[in-house]
Amino acid sequence: MRARLSHWFNKRGWSDLIIGLPYVWLALLFLLPFLIVLAMSLATRTPTAPPFGYGGENPILNFNGYARLFTDDLYIRAFLTSLGNAAVATILCLLIGFPMALGLTRVSKGWRNILLMLVILPFWTSFLLRVYAWMGMMGRNSWFNQLLTDGWNWLTPEGWAVTSLPLMHSNFAVVLVMVYTYLPFMILPLYASLERLDPALDEAAMDLGTRPFGVFRDVTLPQSIPGIVAGGLLVFIPAAGELVIPTLVGDAASPMIGRVISDEFSSARDWPMASSVAVALLVIMVIPTMLYSRYQARADGAGGQP
Amino acid sequence: MADATAPFLRIEGVSKTFGTFQAVRDVSLTITKGEIFALLGGSGCGKTTLLRMLAGFEEPTKGRIFLDGQDMTGVPPWERPVHMMFQSYALFPHMTVEKNVGYGLKHERMTAAQRADRVRDMLDLVQLSAFAQRKPHQISGGQRQRVALARALARQPKLLLLDEPLAALDKKLREQTQFELMSIQERTGVTFIVVTHDQEEAMTLADRIAVMDRGQVQQIGPPAEVYEHPATRFVANFLGSITQFTATVTATNGKETRLHVPAFGSEVIAGTLPNLVPGETLTLGLRPEKITLLRDRPDGPNVIAGEVKDLAYFGKDSLYRITLPGGDLLSVHAVNARRGGDSRPDWNDQVWLSFAPEAAILLRD
Repeated sequence: MRARLSHWFNKRGWSDLIIGLPYVWLALLFLLPFLIVLAMSLATRTPTAPPFGYGGENPILNFNGYARLFTDDLYIRAFLTSLGNAAVATILCLLIGFPMALGLTRVSKGWRNILLMLVILPFWTSFLLRVYAWMGMMGRNSWFNQLLTDGWNWLTPEGWAVTSLPLMHSNFAVVLVMVYTYLPFMILPLYASLERLDPALDEAAMDLGTRPFGVFRDVTLPQSIPGIVAGGLLVFIPAAGELVIPTLVGDAASPMIGRVISDEFSSARDWPMASSVAVALLVIMVIPTMLYSRYQARADGAGGQP
Repeated sequence: MADATAPFLRIEGVSKTFGTFQAVRDVSLTITKGEIFALLGGSGCGKTTLLRMLAGFEEPTKGRIFLDGQDMTGVPPWERPVHMMFQSYALFPHMTVEKNVGYGLKHERMTAAQRADRVRDMLDLVQLSAFAQRKPHQISGGQRQRVALARALARQPKLLLLDEPLAALDKKLREQTQFELMSIQERTGVTFIVVTHDQEEAMTLADRIAVMDRGQVQQIGPPAEVYEHPATRFVANFLGSITQFTATVTATNGKETRLHVPAFGSEVIAGTLPNLVPGETLTLGLRPEKITLLRDRPDGPNVIAGEVKDLAYFGKDSLYRITLPGGDLLSVHAVNARRGGDSRPDWNDQVWLSFAPEAAILLRD
């Protein structure tokens, strides 16, 4: 019996263990916490510890949190601010990152390694430190703010002159720091998808009478869509749920959704409400991702990437 | 329109240097309209660089290219009436076969209906009408090759460049495609320039071949001429197989030459080269199929004794390796015209070799 067991283990056990471990990890550290949050979102707030409960004088399932999402315009505004800031940051990352990624594929091997290194170099310093650096730069007395102020005063009519620009505590600041922070997440997947393109395809398009910009539009861009989507998701999803950047440089009067979740949990101690917002955010993020994978799977079945 | 006798494509003293590497050195050649012309050579001989200069992807460092009387210097690829079939085919993976073929046509002034007609004609030409809606990765390698051909021909180029057109196909398909290419060329009348490293491909496809080595054209001529009368040792070696011997001229009468070949241990008679003088040393080359292998000593000139060192039986013919009196080895191809093994020389048999005087190739370099 023991011999048979060890035989089975030697035959199947190791591979099953290695394949199974990541799933156990995901189930334990992702699925289970998510189910807890989902359950919490349907509880009722109570003045106990932990501050929620089911049953008793409360309903077993309480949908109040979800109802308030649609009635209280604080949440609607927070969602709109988050999605808006994240969308603008994603588009800016794409506009800045695409030429950079394309450039990376066109330089010599030696330069490519140096430039790739520069793209990921910011990760080597603390994220908080970098946000604080931006706070210093955007402050009213910084050289950066003065430079932009001089530019503003030079470009605009006399009457509009200001002594400094109110950069801090605005959506502008949030988007600026988010673009700065998430740019590598856009560049790297774009680079990975552009690097695989056969340069002969560009030459073939040129050979068939297409000018360089047309080659980009007809050949490079359509083939880099998987990279654009991957980079877009990698920037958009964390940007929409971002907590630290809006807390440090954002406008407190129009909070982003991450801030709302954090406030509901800690200051308001309304865990069911916080959980409802978190679940709603997740649904908003997951649905487009799933739609895209389905579209991608269908495109792969009937064409698309080889 | 230039008249028919004028060269259609003229390459004048073209050189191309990459850094310190000279890829193409002072190449001049002319190609007439409707010809299939092959650039043949090993890897790194400059044939692909020359092709890329014709397509406009590279500019010559020196020299000029004229197409149909027009100087091509500085004309970008998208303005040249020259299309290329890439070695990798370079089909657009995100477009259907139909879209690939029609891609170049969007720059032509034609109605949508005319465009669709042209695409249909092209797909008919390469027999792929049934696959119009497929994506490139859904068809076979041979079909992809035909899509690439149809795409390159759709805009009716003056000149079609084919970069190793058959290299990616397996042997059977290659032979079939070879004849297909020739018939399509005949039907369309487009001038073809084929780059290849495969001598058989060049010989069957081309009207004329330019053999290239280290950036230079070694010889230009019809396949039979390049094979039977190679101008240099490189050409003789590159096309077919040949055994080369050092020979010294002992006498010449302007028509025939007597040569002393140490490897044969005797004198032989061969053709001649211009301005030969007795005492001159040159190379004598013999192709395996030009030698007769006999068990009994024949009459006539150019008879050499030898011993069978090795033989390979292929069925319809056999390849022998014969040890010569001087110890050198000579390859001989013999057709197995008769059935029955007794008459065929075997290992270690003493044999006699003979060849006609005009069969020997004399090379000076």
